[in-house]
Amino acid sequence: MIWFANAFAWLADPAHYAGVNGIPVRLGQHVAYTGITLVIAAAVALPLGFLIGHTGKGRSLAVQVSGGLRSLPTLGLVIVLALLLGLGIGAPMIALVILAVPPVLAGAYSGVESVDPRVVDAARAVGMTGWQVLWRVEVPLGLPLVIGGLRSAALQAIATWTVAAVLPLGGLGRYIYDAIATYDYTEMFAGSVLVIVLALVVDGLFAVLQRLVVPRGVVAAGGAPAAVPA
Amino acid sequence: MRFRRKTSLAAVAAAGALVALVLAGCSTSNPTASPSSSAAAAKSSQEPIVVGSAAFPENEILAEIYAQALTGAGIPATTHLDIGQRPAYLKAMKEGSIDLVPEYSGNLLQFYNKDTTDKSSAGVFAALQKAIPSSLEVLPEAEAQDRDSYNVTKEFAKKYGLVSLGDLTKAPQPLIVGGNPELGQRPYGLPGLKSVYGVTSTLKPISDSGGPLTIKALQDGTIQVADIFTTTPAITQFVTLKDPKNMVLAQNIVPLIRKSKASAKVKSTLDAVSAKLTTKALIAMNGKSSGSAKESSAQIAKEWLSQEGLD
Repeated sequence: MIWFANAFAWLADPAHYAGVNGIPVRLGQHVAYTGITLVIAAAVALPLGFLIGHTGKGRSLAVQVSGGLRSLPTLGLVIVLALLLGLGIGAPMIALVILAVPPVLAGAYSGVESVDPRVVDAARAVGMTGWQVLWRVEVPLGLPLVIGGLRSAALQAIATWTVAAVLPLGGLGRYIYDAIATYDYTEMFAGSVLVIVLALVVDGLFAVLQRLVVPRGVVAAGGAPAAVPA
Repeated sequence: MRFRRKTSLAAVAAAGALVALVLAGCSTSNPTASPSSSAAAAKSSQEPIVVGSAAFPENEILAEIYAQALTGAGIPATTHLDIGQRPAYLKAMKEGSIDLVPEYSGNLLQFYNKDTTDKSSAGVFAALQKAIPSSLEVLPEAEAQDRDSYNVTKEFAKKYGLVSLGDLTKAPQPLIVGGNPELGQRPYGLPGLKSVYGVTSTLKPISDSGGPLTIKALQDGTIQVADIFTTTPAITQFVTLKDPKNMVLAQNIVPLIRKSKASAKVKSTLDAVSAKLTTKALIAMNGKSSGSAKESSAQIAKEWLSQEGLD
């Protein structure tokens, strides 16, 4: 219990809110790194996932490649890329995007695929083009799953940006690595608490977003929102 | 955990051997059998010296060197390598399951005396004599040291005429130092560079203990000064800055031995090893244990001993 008390005392200390190593700066860096990772991963994976879901082509390839990417040891990838590209934000960003693409991709194609084929057929029957079917029917109806993919990627990115601070990066991992080095377990624990709180808050926001994006028609019809991938 | 399991196994084996011995003694009714069992008892009183090591290659190689040198001198010795970290193997020494370990003078001194102010090789060695438990003894130290050191590229050293840490004030300040995060706070880190040598610097924390990331950053110029351990093979491509004011704690290799095992012959054998052991030799041996070469510790130790005529 004394650990909790010490960690919360550390978190409450105004001295830890000022300067480049202060909590607002470190938290901001962590959120920014994670946000940029998600934007890049989404830009790569969402169009690809929608295409795969819409056409049904390339699905097994996507499953295999993204499965393979998921099995990469991320910290190892961070270090190998840093050895190739040098220190700086580039190497860990590439590694983190590689980590974030598979869940976003899976969310995108499974979201589009989850739409009832009868609804898609009905859309075509009323004369919608392929694009219209995708943007007006498949994506809106599949959006809870698409957001689910982003949610899962966001949590992985928050966790992995923490360990990526083995490199000279900012973010909340700084507290943990710097504190391990000086056996400052109070700071280490406080840093861990910050990472956990950030992860829970972000997860909660995505959960709310997933509920909000269910189209009104689906809610009114009493259709349960599609299951969310873990 | 690993060590404990090994000791308990050893204890079981020893107990088993004892039972077998007693049973053997009981089963025989022939009085002429007794000389053989008393011979066995005499043999067990001259137990081999057990050489332990911490769980990293350099320390294992050193333990192998000690063990093979002793065996070569006709003193029975066995090894018990890979025993975790300092608290684990020093406890084993106190309990008597380990008799001898290759140690690093500065870290050993700090383990027994946290508040020590001695930094130089001689000062640390003298302080060690008083700091260690009475059942243990530290034998004369080798020239070889594995300690933190500050390094710059050859071009950088040439450009600003850098030889020792104090010369760093000639380069544009603040300098970017790369190394483990603790350098930001430790007396041998950035605070010491400032207070001892007047060097202003900022830290790029790289948590790989002067490993490949730190070396790459120094090569790239992302950092200008790197903290690298003195026995890291890659250090030879850089200029290691001298530390005339002993800011960094000395870490000479010393044999730490249980007094009960430190006979004159054991001491003279280990002294002969320490007399030949240099930092350069350790760099070469570490080079053999890593990368594509990847020889076994025993093999590397054997090669060095024969090269130095100590086998």
